[in-house]
Amino acid sequence: MIETIGLTKKYGSFYALQDLNLVVEEGHVFGFVGANGAGKSTTFSILATLLQPTAGDAFINGMSVTEKPHEVRAQIGYMPDFFGVYDQLKTDEYLDFYGASYGLKPKEREQLIPKLLELVNLEHKRYDYVDLLSRGMKQRLCLARALIHDPKILILDEPASGLDPRARVEMRDILKELKAMGKTILISSHILPELAEMCDSIGVIDSGKLIAQGSVHEIQARLQHEKIINVKVAGSLEAAVAFFENDPFVSRIVAVPDKGMLHFSYKGTDVQQIELLQKAMAQQLPIRSFAEEETDLEDVFMAITKGADVR
Amino acid sequence: MKTLLANPVLVKELKLRFRNIKSFSGILFYLVAMSVFVFGFIFLTTSLTGSGFFRPTESFLLFSMMSYIQLGLILFITPGLTAGTISSEREKQTLNILLTTSQTSFQIIFGKMTSSVAFLLLMIVAGLPIYSLVFLYGGVSPGQIAVIFMFYLLTLLAIGSIGVLFSTLIRRTIVSMITTYGTMIFLTVVTGFFLLISLQISQYGNAMPNFSPMSYFWASINPPVVLLTLLQPAVADQILNLATVTFPLWAGYFIFYSVLTAAAIFLSVKRLRVNMHKYK
Repeated sequence: MIETIGLTKKYGSFYALQDLNLVVEEGHVFGFVGANGAGKSTTFSILATLLQPTAGDAFINGMSVTEKPHEVRAQIGYMPDFFGVYDQLKTDEYLDFYGASYGLKPKEREQLIPKLLELVNLEHKRYDYVDLLSRGMKQRLCLARALIHDPKILILDEPASGLDPRARVEMRDILKELKAMGKTILISSHILPELAEMCDSIGVIDSGKLIAQGSVHEIQARLQHEKIINVKVAGSLEAAVAFFENDPFVSRIVAVPDKGMLHFSYKGTDVQQIELLQKAMAQQLPIRSFAEEETDLEDVFMAITKGADVR
Repeated sequence: MKTLLANPVLVKELKLRFRNIKSFSGILFYLVAMSVFVFGFIFLTTSLTGSGFFRPTESFLLFSMMSYIQLGLILFITPGLTAGTISSEREKQTLNILLTTSQTSFQIIFGKMTSSVAFLLLMIVAGLPIYSLVFLYGGVSPGQIAVIFMFYLLTLLAIGSIGVLFSTLIRRTIVSMITTYGTMIFLTVVTGFFLLISLQISQYGNAMPNFSPMSYFWASINPPVVLLTLLQPAVADQILNLATVTFPLWAGYFIFYSVLTAAAIFLSVKRLRVNMHKYK
């Protein structure tokens, strides 16, 4: 379990992180979303015992990062957003070095390395030099490195940043596998949709403050004051437009004759929305489809980070 | 000891160092330079005197010159090898990952330091066969060589630990290197200058030697002066007489550089990671 209580990091008068209170339950995947410089990496650095907080504390499996940093290190697998590799070191030697750094015995390392390389699809690169691997491969290798001591908690700072779409998908598949293995994962990204699929809950951070926290759907619901509803009609659009115009919760109706559809903003509740559809059916309007438009998560993210506190 | 040497950083550093062609070419260049010097010296001495003999006194002179060359090598190579150990990891963005492993700060510093020292020792040992040529002509005892090698070891440990300390404290390798070279020059050149000044001041206007602890101090921390006293014990007596101090110079050197090494390693270990408790 990961917990932060009033975690704060201040540089002079500038707050890089302000009063962060966060709980990630065991086996959960928590996505941390925020623009560059919002405070994601600061949080992760404190959790990884690399940065001293100005106030507050963070706990990894109940152990304080400020009181027991050495014990905390053994519990976490940390992957920074930017990292380098050693020149002239082969992939298996790279993992062997970090395995030894976590106190694993040579035999254990020997058995673990092929398994980890298989997990991150790098078994064919076992004897290649690390510095010659592609960016995506290095990212995957770094993830394998973070797993070498079998930590229960993974702290992954932008693991998919800078990757091409294919490498991004591969990384996502590996993370799903780790989730299935029961790891507690704290992962950050500046791209919300990337996280939505795999996270149990997300937190949105902006200017050092956590401005929203909950499941992706919760956050969307809290943010959405209006829904966009798309209606496809088989016959004439006029009758449909006239019908929907009379509803007090409907606004901004736009008809798209070419596609035989119309869309409008709707402020009513879910029950009122059902009643609206039932009335339309009773009026025998030739409706082919009546659907809520999927909100683009990017839009949600953009709206949240504009400064609205939706907690 | 076995656990100390099974240090992951040490094993990795040695592996990387000996995969690098520069390490081998460095040793090769050093050995070639030493050979040219030794054989050139023997050739010149035997041909210039016209006797065709190489006397024990000349052999001792050769030994002394080689000892100074080797001291110079240690003084100039050690900062280069150690002053980037931690800062280069920081620059390559590998340090953060290393610091989040379960290794203690001492293990990391010890591994870095030992790998650099091991390479320097290899260089010195590789030069031993050339060094030993002087035995063929007499004038030098194996005990004297052993003492000088212990002196080298202490000197390189001290300069090396200063390099590691600056590398830990200073973010950029280039600045760390300049600072380490600056410290090395202070210890070898500036202290010599201070020795001369303090001797002048203490003896000024006195017919008899005057008690001068500062002269003793500057002499005892200056590597070239201490090496000279190891090669020519009479020089040590002269300095002790002038400063009217009876404590052996080599002992002062040993204490000063041992304390310096221990302090530098201690500070490096303390400053490698952030102190998470600090704000409380």
